[in-house]
Amino acid sequence: MKKKTKTMNLNFGPQHPAAHGVLRLILELDGEVVEKADPHIGLLHRGTEKLIEQKTYTQALPYFDRLDYVAPMNQEHAFALAAEKLLKVEVPIRGKYIRVIFCEIGRILSHILNVTTQALDVGALTPSLWGFEERETLMTFYERASGSRLHANYFRTGGVHQDIPLKLIEDIEKFCRSFPKIIDDLEGLLTDNRIFKQRNVDIGIVSKQEALDHSFSGVMLRGSGIPWDLRRSQPYEIYNDLDFKIPVGKNGDCYDRYLCRIEEMRESVKIILQCIERIPKGPVLSIDGKITPPKREDLKQSMEALIHHFKLFTEGYRVPKGNVYTAVEAPKGEFGVYLISDGSNKPYRCKIRAPGFSHLQAMDYLIRGHMLADVPAILGSLDIVFGEVDR
Amino acid sequence: MEVNKIHNLEKFVNSELASRVQKSKVDNDELLIEINETDLIDVLQFLKSNDSCKFKQLIDIAGVDYPEDEKRFNLIYLLLSHENNIRIKILIRFSLNQTIQSITKIFPSANWMEREVFDMYGIKFKNHPDLRRILTDYGFKGHPLRKDFPLTGFNEVRYSEKEKKVVYEPVKLEQNYRNFDFESPWEGTNYIKDLKATKKNEKKN
Repeated sequence: MKKKTKTMNLNFGPQHPAAHGVLRLILELDGEVVEKADPHIGLLHRGTEKLIEQKTYTQALPYFDRLDYVAPMNQEHAFALAAEKLLKVEVPIRGKYIRVIFCEIGRILSHILNVTTQALDVGALTPSLWGFEERETLMTFYERASGSRLHANYFRTGGVHQDIPLKLIEDIEKFCRSFPKIIDDLEGLLTDNRIFKQRNVDIGIVSKQEALDHSFSGVMLRGSGIPWDLRRSQPYEIYNDLDFKIPVGKNGDCYDRYLCRIEEMRESVKIILQCIERIPKGPVLSIDGKITPPKREDLKQSMEALIHHFKLFTEGYRVPKGNVYTAVEAPKGEFGVYLISDGSNKPYRCKIRAPGFSHLQAMDYLIRGHMLADVPAILGSLDIVFGEVDR
Repeated sequence: MEVNKIHNLEKFVNSELASRVQKSKVDNDELLIEINETDLIDVLQFLKSNDSCKFKQLIDIAGVDYPEDEKRFNLIYLLLSHENNIRIKILIRFSLNQTIQSITKIFPSANWMEREVFDMYGIKFKNHPDLRRILTDYGFKGHPLRKDFPLTGFNEVRYSEKEKKVVYEPVKLEQNYRNFDFESPWEGTNYIKDLKATKKNEKKN
């Protein structure tokens, strides 16, 4: 005798704490098994790309903080690199070091958030309480360098806005010495935790081929065993000279991705320590007067500096005609900016390639055949932030 | 070495695809090839499956709008080859009412990217499994990334206490959006110029 079954539609979100933002997921359920998932996105769409077309290059930069607001400076980095590539500006070496230090801080920020909230989604509250304390410390570093905890607006075409305060380097170093202990603590809570493993091992498995087909990048790719990291394969800034490992997963499930993120945090700490050891003295911003503003004291003395200042803050700088694609290894994957310049002071088109967009797209394929309770686990391991998915 | 690699790829693509490549250019160490929109499927299939190309990943599809041109829209397909550690950009140009072949069969991840292009530019894709709007609101009209779509849009939403629901209303701004024309800094914004012009006309009449 066969029972007649009917599928049920379930609205997951847009206001659901495990949706990591405003995701409306329409699930088709057969009992507790998910047959189909249709993510509706765009609830946080702010038209970033359209807005950037109306702003000068300097004004466009802050929009990048608001994409992946968990690791703001990594996004700024991609845009700064794109503009620099078109303008062919060199960043002073100290500027490069500062950029790398803050990008790695951003990576730790993002991974702490993801790892702990993934744990939260599957029922562990403590990791997030411990992790967020560290995030707060890291955000004070952001604040001391840029003046704000979240929307830093710190990178500039040609370097960073200003040099970091004297004692900041020491404090970052102190943090780097103590932070591995915190990672150990987090791992102690999660890595061998029975419940955490039951909820994550063998859930949301992605094979190598599928990871490529679905345009995965970052941890989603490495978790499936593809050793690909833009910091290593297409190095930018000073990553070429730094010694760090690329953790790669084996099974491509949620648990492997969690392990990758934990290891990446340790590697980031190593990178920061190396940078602190080597960071030279010198300028942090290119001294090309046509692109970067003059020093405050010069304004009182030099007519030329005054003119440059006026031109830069009214008109901005003009970027030569052309189109470039630059990508950085953001914590969530390959974050790219495709920039078209028509030779004026505003970008003609700025396409933002957000890693989360492709990852969320694969939700339907990842969740098919899994139980409803696995939805938050998989969503958590995708590392979705709606600021960048919706743009 | 990197530079050599990109030039070699340019030569290789030109010789293999021959007449299909309309233009190829290496700029800022990036290779851009322009092809006919009808050749899109063949070219992408070739680039994906050929052993010396292996562009197995589609990174993104970027639409661009040039309203003055006859072939108004550009689509740029950004591909990445992990094996060869190289990127390529494929450009197609076409006019307003043309339909483009969907590449979801070759790259499954093109699904949402094409939906985004459709949403933002109104470009239609043939054989796309599910061509719906993706980023804009339900029931949205217009295609926001076209250059003739105003930045401020047409409708705004607010919560109405009276009706106890979110209502849509035409955009009302206290001040015009000011778009400064930097080419002639002394004349100010465009809307002031327009205002002056209309006043002049009124005087004449």
